[in-house]
Amino acid sequence: MKRTLPLLIASAAGLVMIAAHFFPETQSWGDTAGKWFKILAAAALLLGGGNLLKLQLQEIAAQKPGWGYAAITAIAFVVTVTVGLLKVGVHPLEQFPEYAWSGDYSQNGSALWWLYEYVIRPVTTTMYGMLAFYVASAAFRAFRAKNLEASLLLGTAIVVLLGRTYAGEWLTQGISDDSPWSGLRVDNMTSLIQDIFVTSGTRAIKIGIALGVVATSLKIILGLDRSFLGSGSGD
Amino acid sequence: MEIRQSVPDALSVRDIGVDGKFEMNAFERLLLRLDRRWIFLAMFLAVAVPLLCGLTFPEKVTPATKVVFDTIEAMPEGSKVVISFDFDPASAGEMAPMAAAFVRHCCEKKLKLYLMTLWYYGPPIMEPSLSIIKNEYPHMKYGIDYVHLGYKAGYQVAIRNAMSDLKNDFHVDHYGTAISQIPMMQGIDSLRDMDLFICPGSGFPGPQEWVQFAAAPYHVKMLIGSPGVQTPTILPYVPQQVIGMIGSVKQAAEYEQALIVKQPALKNRPSATEALRRMGPQFVAHLLMIGLIVLGNVAYLSQRSAGVQR
Repeated sequence: MKRTLPLLIASAAGLVMIAAHFFPETQSWGDTAGKWFKILAAAALLLGGGNLLKLQLQEIAAQKPGWGYAAITAIAFVVTVTVGLLKVGVHPLEQFPEYAWSGDYSQNGSALWWLYEYVIRPVTTTMYGMLAFYVASAAFRAFRAKNLEASLLLGTAIVVLLGRTYAGEWLTQGISDDSPWSGLRVDNMTSLIQDIFVTSGTRAIKIGIALGVVATSLKIILGLDRSFLGSGSGD
Repeated sequence: MEIRQSVPDALSVRDIGVDGKFEMNAFERLLLRLDRRWIFLAMFLAVAVPLLCGLTFPEKVTPATKVVFDTIEAMPEGSKVVISFDFDPASAGEMAPMAAAFVRHCCEKKLKLYLMTLWYYGPPIMEPSLSIIKNEYPHMKYGIDYVHLGYKAGYQVAIRNAMSDLKNDFHVDHYGTAISQIPMMQGIDSLRDMDLFICPGSGFPGPQEWVQFAAAPYHVKMLIGSPGVQTPTILPYVPQQVIGMIGSVKQAAEYEQALIVKQPALKNRPSATEALRRMGPQFVAHLLMIGLIVLGNVAYLSQRSAGVQR
């Protein structure tokens, strides 16, 4: 029963969602299943948060190498949850001054707002911005014209890099759009690469991914794939 | 006898080759052993100097951008438009100018704006766009011309539920006001009642989910804004499921240029030229990347021509 019940729930939910898509009469069943999903997602968030805290505390207790990072993670997690839940620094709404917690948790000037503006935003922006440096270093170290395929890739990369800036337009500005050679304009070549090669390749990949998702979903709905139950062996 | 040895890594090459000696000139030695911190410094200067100097370029509006511009331009006054801000601070550098341009264009056309987000970072991300509406278009009244529906949890389920029945998820707006008390929400049973969807988004949930759960099943009119790295994943949907797409900050700059052509006064407004200002650093950084690729290959090819094989 411990394994059968989750299988039945997963199968029923999957079949309901499929039915809701194809039969308008069952659309409300799909809406209800969607609401259950959101409640379960909230519960999973609590579980995930608790698990995160448990793992970090284990690392700190075991004094593993790098346990300082685990301490930072745990402290950041606890502080953020605390200031958010307790609405630290949030003023009550004007229409409900007697209710201390009536204000919005992300109100300007509150502690959570401060954490977002001066910690989360600069840190996430920096993490994303660092990619430019690593890509530049990788471009110098690894982009080698070792064979025909690599050379084609390099050439395409250079065309697209030029096409995404004014340099591409400037280099081939002498070729007019009406000219039979207009296809050699860098901006036109970039559009060609994007519209023909990239689109067709991505389309094929997406179809493959979609077929894989359908196959995996069917296996889960029919109970053939039980990996989501958390055990490596099936019954 | 000629000795050929494999080279494990071009940057850690030792002097090997014929008779055990490979004579590299100083330039090749410099390229092959270049400390990557010099590359980091070059990239920093490539971005910082043009930004500080205010380097900008004239942008030509490409057909792909024109499709997006013309779609919004053709919307009649009072049309209902949903804009879903599905990006975070990490991608705001590329997405924020795009989103601001969409909002500004919709305000210029006097469209009714229904603003929402599927990301928990979304509400603070939406603040600059809301400031544009409040400061630059004071005639637009909250609840009549625009509404902030806030963050909706549930990823693609939120889209599905909203397209099916608004009452599933939308009970109050971002400020806690009941939906039933907001004039522009009267008569709206689901998001299918909207005339246009605009989704500047990166990651999950984002443009792909909007296409899969809104545009494709319900055949609604949709425009997408995406960062450069995600553009290839959305291209297959253009133009069937998605009318048009602004992919990367380059197209955002073109879109801003198109808006400036329509209203020249925007040229002097810093918030209306954010993407245009980013094209200067992009120009220099891309040239740096191309230069690094060429230099790296010069070193590699000179090695190969000297007879050292991997």
